[in-house]
Amino acid sequence: MIIKRPNDIKPSEITAESIYLNRRQFLRAAGFAALGAAAAVSGPTWAARERSLAEFTELKKSPLSTDEEPNSWEDVTTYNNFYEFGTGKDEPHRRARDFQPKPWEVEVVGECDKPGTYGYEDFVGPHAPEERIYRLRCVEAWSMVVPWVGIPMGDVLKRFAPNSKAKYVQFTTLLDPEQMPGQRWRVLDWPYVEGLRIDEAMHPLTIFGIGLYGRELPNQNGAPLRLIVPWKYGFKSIKSIVRIEFTSRQPVSSWEGALPREYGFYANVNPEVDHPRWSQASERRIGANVFAARQPTLMFNGYGEQVAGLYKNLDLRRNY
Amino acid sequence: MIFPATISRARLSGMKTAVFCACLLPFIVILLSIFGIAGLGLGANPVEALIHQTGLWGLRFLLITLAVTPARRLTGWHWLVRFRRMLGLFAFFYLILHFLSYAVVDKRLDLPTIFEDILERPFITLGVTGLTLLVPLAITSTNGMMRRLGRRWQQLHRLVYLVAILGVWHFWWQVKQDIREPLVYAAILAALFAFRLWRRYRKPRILPEPVGSSG
Repeated sequence: MIIKRPNDIKPSEITAESIYLNRRQFLRAAGFAALGAAAAVSGPTWAARERSLAEFTELKKSPLSTDEEPNSWEDVTTYNNFYEFGTGKDEPHRRARDFQPKPWEVEVVGECDKPGTYGYEDFVGPHAPEERIYRLRCVEAWSMVVPWVGIPMGDVLKRFAPNSKAKYVQFTTLLDPEQMPGQRWRVLDWPYVEGLRIDEAMHPLTIFGIGLYGRELPNQNGAPLRLIVPWKYGFKSIKSIVRIEFTSRQPVSSWEGALPREYGFYANVNPEVDHPRWSQASERRIGANVFAARQPTLMFNGYGEQVAGLYKNLDLRRNY
Repeated sequence: MIFPATISRARLSGMKTAVFCACLLPFIVILLSIFGIAGLGLGANPVEALIHQTGLWGLRFLLITLAVTPARRLTGWHWLVRFRRMLGLFAFFYLILHFLSYAVVDKRLDLPTIFEDILERPFITLGVTGLTLLVPLAITSTNGMMRRLGRRWQQLHRLVYLVAILGVWHFWWQVKQDIREPLVYAAILAALFAFRLWRRYRKPRILPEPVGSSG
């Protein structure tokens, strides 16, 4: 297997056109078997300080991707908010090196007909991975463009047959202070919990992130499985998910529980509703020159056309 | 190296040059980082890094300035007071850079936004108040001003205590959730205050004043 140095990957290389056209031959489950094989082959390096990340052999492009220039691999993998590995932006990539995202299991519980514990391959395998280049807007007023690899969340959740009482989906991150040194101190009430309304979870833009830049998700970006909801502030996109619960009651997310006046359940990107301590009207694009101007923040992070309908009857000022 | 309670004028002047250069070092590092010289850089979010670095150095120099008097008392090196003005002015220098990083580099002198921030965001209100209070202290830091103001000079310069409290408070309210770093600064400031209170209210003891004490 050829493992390119991540810094050498140009956005144009993410999905070769031939692969795109060959999509019919896509190996669905077999594609993941290939990933597994790649992992087995690179066994010795697997245990090395930095996990080598297998490449996805087939990637479907998506019309939902933005054509903005993605941030560099370095920016996306070294400037992270992942408090489980420390509160500094540079801590996750240093302190998550030894994290073992394999094997991985996801527990599915609550208001659904097919609850159970699913291994990563069973969970992800039936779905064709897609490249989704999304804007990411952090609640701290910075933003990035990230070429994720993901699978549509709606397709996955439907397999568990949620029933009519399933109004919300609650997600939980792994609780493992041994591997996640940030959890040894209660900066938040661990484990990290997030939630979506079921219609938000089923929206075509919402994905389970399983990769980045055409290869597996690095540890610091939430390996092996995370949520990505591009029209909400970044903290909604919970990482390293081990539990999914369909529920009739609105979950209380971790940040909402810690500082309810500052972080709400919805956390939709909204330039008109400021954070109590700073303005949300504009943002700084990561990777830009120190002298570059801030850019205006867009309603729903620019995804308003697709998602504004979800909130027609909701007062967004109160439901921040 | 043991310093005596008094040192020669020539030695003091040499030390002043050395301290001045040391105080300028963070500025040089920041400057090199801005232009990516010598392998230095400000990282993925350079504007935020610039604002944080200048602010942290301003606060550090403020606390170092406030540490001069306790250090004098504890060591008997009364000539340390000769460095206090320079240290205080460096605090002012870094805090002005901090404000300019915010107002010019980040907000591009967008005055309505800046005024809105100052009025509506409590942590920015605190920071701007603290910096404003430092301005008269910087202006009256010359020998001439000291002479002219006499006793009132000292009264005026007690404002620095309030500025330090505002500075730490500003830092505290700025962080998202992890308050450990501002807590360190708050603890140092509390220790510096505690030392002064202890000096003031302890039972008077009869101690010989150190030789060469000049205030």
